[in-house]
Amino acid sequence: MKTIQATQSITLNINGQTHSLDVEPRFLLSDVLRHKLGLTGTHVGCEHGVCGACTVLVDGKPERSCLVFAIQAEGSSVETIEGLSADGMTRLQRAFQEHHALQCGFCTPAFLLTATALLKQTKDPTEQDIREAISGNICRCTGYQFIVDAILAAAKGEEA
Amino acid sequence: MKPAPFSYIRVATVEEAANALSEYTDAKLLAGGQSLIPLMNYRLSKPTVLIDLCGIEAFASVSLKDDVFTIRAGITHQSLHEHPLVRAYAPVLAECAGEVGHWAIRNRGTLGGSLAHADPASELPAAMVALDARFVLTSVRGERTVTARDFYLGLFTTDLAEDEILTRIHFFASSANRIHFAEIARRPGDFALSGAFVRVEESATEITWFGVSDMPYHLTLDALPVEEKARQALFTSLASTLEPLDQTVYRRKLAAVVAERAYLKGRRVQA
Repeated sequence: MKTIQATQSITLNINGQTHSLDVEPRFLLSDVLRHKLGLTGTHVGCEHGVCGACTVLVDGKPERSCLVFAIQAEGSSVETIEGLSADGMTRLQRAFQEHHALQCGFCTPAFLLTATALLKQTKDPTEQDIREAISGNICRCTGYQFIVDAILAAAKGEEA
Repeated sequence: MKPAPFSYIRVATVEEAANALSEYTDAKLLAGGQSLIPLMNYRLSKPTVLIDLCGIEAFASVSLKDDVFTIRAGITHQSLHEHPLVRAYAPVLAECAGEVGHWAIRNRGTLGGSLAHADPASELPAAMVALDARFVLTSVRGERTVTARDFYLGLFTTDLAEDEILTRIHFFASSANRIHFAEIARRPGDFALSGAFVRVEESATEITWFGVSDMPYHLTLDALPVEEKARQALFTSLASTLEPLDQTVYRRKLAAVVAERAYLKGRRVQA
């Protein structure tokens, strides 16, 4: 049993890199990513799990970074949007561009990560699978259709 | 929108968790945190100590032996939804676990957390009442078993003592037969406005409603009328006694609708 009070040193694996940092237990993963590590591609909307803007991949699965304490992410590997686009745009990102799947872009990182996880586990998703997978992400600009189109196109391997 | 300070305890076994819980009287258990952390972000909940159960080894196992399912409380909703044993022998549970929140929530939220939180609109407490499940509650004083039907006492209120942890869930696989489920929510992933588990046997029927009362609402009836109008009239009359927390008239109507849908689903499957 390990009791932690006040500030604590933790080690996080973010986008394949190891970071050692001091956090209070109450620090949310979303805030640590943004404020401690400068990874501001993870956006914070509602901070209570409804909007999905802060979604990151924890051990490959989408999770809300505003509903996880950073200290809980020790031992897991976390992927943020910065990790996704480290070597230029992915096919999915190019599909988003081609299909106009974003307007203001606030929700986009989370949509990309959610869709990346979906395409990794389901090679040939139906439109229904896609809509179900992204139902936890809110977009106020696009009306979703272009996002669904983009993910379908990326799944089929269509290049712009 | 940031949680108040707290001390954090990570435990590796149920025993350690029980010890910590008895030692720190103001401690809260952190399971998946998908209900607790929003409350903490809003500072509606300000525990001074959090005991994190996520690190407990093998706290997410599922086994089935001699018709008895044993599910440890740390399983996530998504794992429950995808688990081959649950899919094969308790399909209604797999189905309703897939309706809890969204994918990202289900990847973290746990069965035990949802059952202990006792949100009246959530699927899993009602599923357990419908399955007549047993909950094993563990504390430094030992273990006790309580039925799901006795566990729920009211709005967000359960029989769980302050030093107890819900650690295991048991139910008969055979009791999952013939239970069917339907719910209505405005969007996928939203809390249901109303939902029902309906079990149809030759001589008896059980209905467990959720979202339409302060806790899962279970009742046993004789066989249902086969004739559609009579059956729907019966559902409507039963639903008229429900006391939803808001939108009373609308939710009572929906309660009758979901009961009928769950019944019809069962009839299709069993036909």
